[in-house]
Amino acid sequence: MRRILATLKIALRALRRNKMRTVLTMLGMIIGVGAVIAMVGIGNGAKSQIEAQIASFGENLILVWTGSMTRGGVHTGWGSAGTLSVEDAEAIQREVPGVVVISPEVRTSGQVAAGNENWFTQIVGEGSDYFTMRQWPVVQGGGFSEQDVRAANKVAVVGKTIVDQLFPGEDPIGQILRVKSAPFVVVGVLRPKGLSVQGQDQDDIVLVPYTSAMKRLLGVTMLRSINVQASSPRMLNPAQAQIISLLRQRHHITPGKDDDFTVRTQQEIADAATEQSKTMSWLLAGIACVSLVVGGIGIMNIMLVSVTERTREIGIRMAVGARGGDILLQFLTEAVTLSMIGGIIGILAGLGTSKVIEILKHWPVMTPALWIVIAFLVSAAVGVFFGFYPARKASKLDPIDALRYE
Amino acid sequence: MNAVIKLENVQKVYHTGEVDVHAVRGVSLQIEPGEFVAVMGASGSGKSTLMNLIGCLDRSTEGSYLLDGTDVSKLNRDELADIRNQKIGFVFQGFNLLSRTSALENVELPLLYSHPPIHGREQRERALGALDIVGLTDRAYHHPNQLSGGQQQRVAIARALVNRPALLLADEPTGNLDSQTSIEIMGVFQKLNQDGITLVMVTHELDIAQYTRRTVVMRDGRIVTDALVGKRLKAETELQRLREAQQAVQLAP
Ligand SMILES: Nc1ncnc2c1ncn2[C@@H]1O[C@H](COP(=O)(O)OP(=O)(O)OP(=O)(O)O)[C@@H](O)[C@H]1O
Ligand SMILES: [Mg+2]
Repeated sequence: MRRILATLKIALRALRRNKMRTVLTMLGMIIGVGAVIAMVGIGNGAKSQIEAQIASFGENLILVWTGSMTRGGVHTGWGSAGTLSVEDAEAIQREVPGVVVISPEVRTSGQVAAGNENWFTQIVGEGSDYFTMRQWPVVQGGGFSEQDVRAANKVAVVGKTIVDQLFPGEDPIGQILRVKSAPFVVVGVLRPKGLSVQGQDQDDIVLVPYTSAMKRLLGVTMLRSINVQASSPRMLNPAQAQIISLLRQRHHITPGKDDDFTVRTQQEIADAATEQSKTMSWLLAGIACVSLVVGGIGIMNIMLVSVTERTREIGIRMAVGARGGDILLQFLTEAVTLSMIGGIIGILAGLGTSKVIEILKHWPVMTPALWIVIAFLVSAAVGVFFGFYPARKASKLDPIDALRYE
Repeated sequence: MNAVIKLENVQKVYHTGEVDVHAVRGVSLQIEPGEFVAVMGASGSGKSTLMNLIGCLDRSTEGSYLLDGTDVSKLNRDELADIRNQKIGFVFQGFNLLSRTSALENVELPLLYSHPPIHGREQRERALGALDIVGLTDRAYHHPNQLSGGQQQRVAIARALVNRPALLLADEPTGNLDSQTSIEIMGVFQKLNQDGITLVMVTHELDIAQYTRRTVVMRDGRIVTDALVGKRLKAETELQRLREAQQAVQLAP
């Protein structure tokens, strides 16, 4: 123990003697470890937020889109060539066992105005059950009713951003909101949700009955999508299968032909989102390996230089009785100290960067403690691995040759 | 009692490029405990080479070497390192101190590699003790570049003494010192010798050899003369005489 302390002291002194060189050598480790720690924290934060967001959509949801999706999850027919009809939605509600409620959906964006103010926003048409199935309650006023949907009444439920923009300091309930110049009555205000993971303002929205949107705003007869809620998690997959076969039958799709719609459960959407972050993790691991190897080679290089420079010192130590093992340990300690200090600074730099991003971008950063431990151990391992060859070279020197070395 | 050093027909050949250099060609030498030997000879006669062999820093190409009865040629690297650490103190021709390291730490160096390990406080005490023997306690925390040549030489001697070796080897310990400092160092050696340490010392200077008990002269890698010193000088009296002489010419206050 005392011997290790003494060796550590010698190592620290040697490293302090060449401060600039030490710092430059550590830089490889610092950047490598720092980048990994920062990226892991950011990636992890993003993943948990995506999961939380998808969970907040509601429970046991199945989403049906018009158009088909390719394998990679890229949407091909964004509702323009609509294939889902209102009758399809009603059939799902009626015929698929385990389905509790549905909400047909259409979407557009456009200008909304009240008084002298106007604002560009998302206009979404939904069924009356949307608010409960999406767990998005109306906090002021009320939602629109089944009756409003059937009659295609010109009523609207707005997000907080709309209130802030168009009705500042006023009670919006009962006021007239011109949606693409059609007058709608505001009946409710949605509970604020804040920004999405992608940085979109989720409260910048106007919800109207889908029937009103189709007839009075868009002039279309087909739906963009259908939100479906199943009664329990166990019912999700059977219901999904049923919906697919029902829609294929209704759309007269012969066996072997592709679906002209897409059905995804909430779980599948969550998995697809986290799949991306998994790919990202692998990429990160690759970058980490490369930078650690680069850092390690830097350490090896500087240790070889150090051994050559200090050949005489090695000779003197051997002449007064240092064994090969003592010299090996000394240089190995030096390499490991170098890589570990680099690693520690890297960890701190990574955490610091995460914090800065968290503050500047309002992006939650979560760095698992395990990763910090791993980063620390890996830096030590890099020191041992890349320090071993130079240390061994030093320990094999012949005392008299080393003493004579100029 | 075993001879401390028993060399028999020891040879050392350096293979450099095309020519082989026979630095030592067949030296037989026996040194008993408590001896004080001066090795003399012209430059290039093989004195340093012989000292390195005796000091277990180098291995002979031929012949046998018994150190305290142990056949050194049969020992491995670690065992040789331990012998250098425990049994032999070596004072090099060019000091060989660690730069940017205090005198005290230089002296502590051999203790760092002792088996079994020595406690930190004891290391310090022993190093200070060794510095005291060479009269350099007040310079313990100076670095070699802050010390005069003579002081550096004393640090090197203190380092050689710190592990209380039975054998002290010194390669030209007075090589670049003035006569007064040289005699002072001889005083240290004579005192160590009185305390029972065996000393072997290389020197060019005849008058310095007069302080030892036995003189061995080398030429071309061979021992040509081996004789006891007749009229031995005592460092104390010589120093006294030198001071008086200096006072006479007012060199010293
Ligand atoms: N490493 C070496 N390689 C080749 N030849 C060497 C080596 N070391 C010494 N020699 C040769 O061996 C011979 C003896 O050298 P050594 O250093 O023992 O002489 P020395 O008596 O100590 O001389 P000096 O009084 O100048 O120190 C010299 O001819 C020298 O050139
Ligand atoms: Mg010499």
